[in-house]
Amino acid sequence: MKQIIKVQNVRTVFDTKVVHDGLNLTVNEGDIYGLLGPSGCGKTTLLREMVMLQEFESGSIEVLDNKVESINEKNAQSLRRQWGVLFQAGALFSSLSIKENIALPLHEYTDLSESMIDEIVKFKINLVGLKSSDAHLFPSQISGGMKKKAGLARALSMDPKLLFLDEPTSGLDPISAREFDELILKLHSMLGLTIVMVSHDLQSIYDTLGKVAIIDDKKIAYEGTLKEVTSAKSDFIESFFGEKS
Amino acid sequence: MSKVLNINLQNGLLSLNFSGELTLYTLSKLQKEIDANLTQELKELIINLDSLNSLDTAGAIFIDKLEQNALSLKIITTITCQNKRFNDTLELVKTQRLKSEDIQKIKNKPILEQLGELFINYYFGFISFIGFVGKLFFTKLHYLKSFKNIRYKEIAFEVNESAIKALGIISLTSFLIGLVVAYQSAFQLKIYGANIFIVDMLGISILRELAPLITAIVIAGRSGSAFTAQIGAMKITQELDAMRTMGFDPYIFLVMPRIIALMIMMPILIFVADIMGILGGMIVANIDLNITVDLFIDRFNEVVSAKHFFIGIFKGPFFAFLIASIGIYRGLMVKDDTQSIGFNTTKSVVESIFAVIVCDAIFSIAFTNLGI
Repeated sequence: MKQIIKVQNVRTVFDTKVVHDGLNLTVNEGDIYGLLGPSGCGKTTLLREMVMLQEFESGSIEVLDNKVESINEKNAQSLRRQWGVLFQAGALFSSLSIKENIALPLHEYTDLSESMIDEIVKFKINLVGLKSSDAHLFPSQISGGMKKKAGLARALSMDPKLLFLDEPTSGLDPISAREFDELILKLHSMLGLTIVMVSHDLQSIYDTLGKVAIIDDKKIAYEGTLKEVTSAKSDFIESFFGEKS
Repeated sequence: MSKVLNINLQNGLLSLNFSGELTLYTLSKLQKEIDANLTQELKELIINLDSLNSLDTAGAIFIDKLEQNALSLKIITTITCQNKRFNDTLELVKTQRLKSEDIQKIKNKPILEQLGELFINYYFGFISFIGFVGKLFFTKLHYLKSFKNIRYKEIAFEVNESAIKALGIISLTSFLIGLVVAYQSAFQLKIYGANIFIVDMLGISILRELAPLITAIVIAGRSGSAFTAQIGAMKITQELDAMRTMGFDPYIFLVMPRIIALMIMMPILIFVADIMGILGGMIVANIDLNITVDLFIDRFNEVVSAKHFFIGIFKGPFFAFLIASIGIYRGLMVKDDTQSIGFNTTKSVVESIFAVIVCDAIFSIAFTNLGI
């Protein structure tokens, strides 16, 4: 199976605080891969390192056959078109409507006709469960859940192969959160996406994730399927997964 | 890149053979080619996707749209595709289309409606500012009830933050203004040999008008905008809401300390600006017009009466009130998005400078008519 992301011996230091030290993990094509761990363990930091928002001290991260620590600007730019990122609060551009947010990468990176872009936007908006009538609303006019959906639609606008989700269900009510999980599963099977996500939502973890990596004490405490997670020894795993199994 | 589309037209039968990649990037060129061939004379359309390597949702939407177009022209259309994943994608696009409505185009409002909206917005903006000022005076009453209610610590913090830290820039600005005004007038006065009158001119213009105005403009740009940005950011992060639910009235904790601090400090800042402006003028007079410092001071005592100085100082608290209240009001007007911080900060600076100048004009007319 093709390896989409390969993290090797990554070490991250903030000032004097060591966040990761010798961290290794592999994401294969078609995985729904979860990064879990206690708060402050550097899950989001690792995600940010994968999408080139954050530098790390040493080690190597390979995404879609590009080493992100030594990538040149041209390759970086083409790599950025192959993934979509959903941030925790959506991070929609507040000066643009939902429709314009989704259409922005299409306008910038392709030379599609206006009507074609409209069609694509319409498809993406409805795909993530928003309504066409929401298209002209601005981010300040919509709820948190809608922002996440719109953010997801924007992340999907270029049909990426790889999707990064930072706590996709946090801040959503349980019903919307389950809907979001279903949406992610649906997209995964329909579009053949590889998904990497950071999550705290236990239900969401059990429902969606195929493979997990648990970061604890600066390293990966466990990497593999959810079923065998309790075989690993870690305080976090015991307290987080203990009751369920 | 190999050709994505092969078109074959025979006796009203159009066959489109796609190969390679049908994605976002390859789509745009195909539209025209196909549209040219898609006429009413066609009877049958065959879309062949068998030799396609990859198809994304944009490509699927394209195919779907093509099929729709053909059907609307009453052309019999068949799509052949062996690949299961492509079929799934096509199916997905189709079911989504049937479920979803079209996006409505936004209609432009007629000019009259836009104009009306603009006026009504200004009107409500003015009303809400009046409301804000009313709330301020109400809060002041609360202060008067007991001296314990005054937030000395916050006031002291703001005095340091928005006035004392501004001393450097205000000194420098007014020094340079004094220098420039003196230099320009020295040139004119020399022509008439009226060198000594530079003292009268500088004394009155700087003490009475320039120093208060320059100070107010610098403070509006520096502290007024900071008030807007600080309070606006606090509003976005819901800090103001948090304060309210905990029973800390933002008007007492945030608004009044800033206004009072600026009202106390403005006269002091103007005093400093007076000194620095005159100092600048004095240097030019000395170098350019050979008026010694002693002579300058003697003449200053003689011709510039104290009332000019007091008028300048007197304006301070009024300017301070305008700047601080507009800055804070704009901060409170910030809505729940990042754009509005920038918008309101700009507005706060422009409006407070405008208000200061209007206020100055009113004072100028009033004092002159009163014979002061």
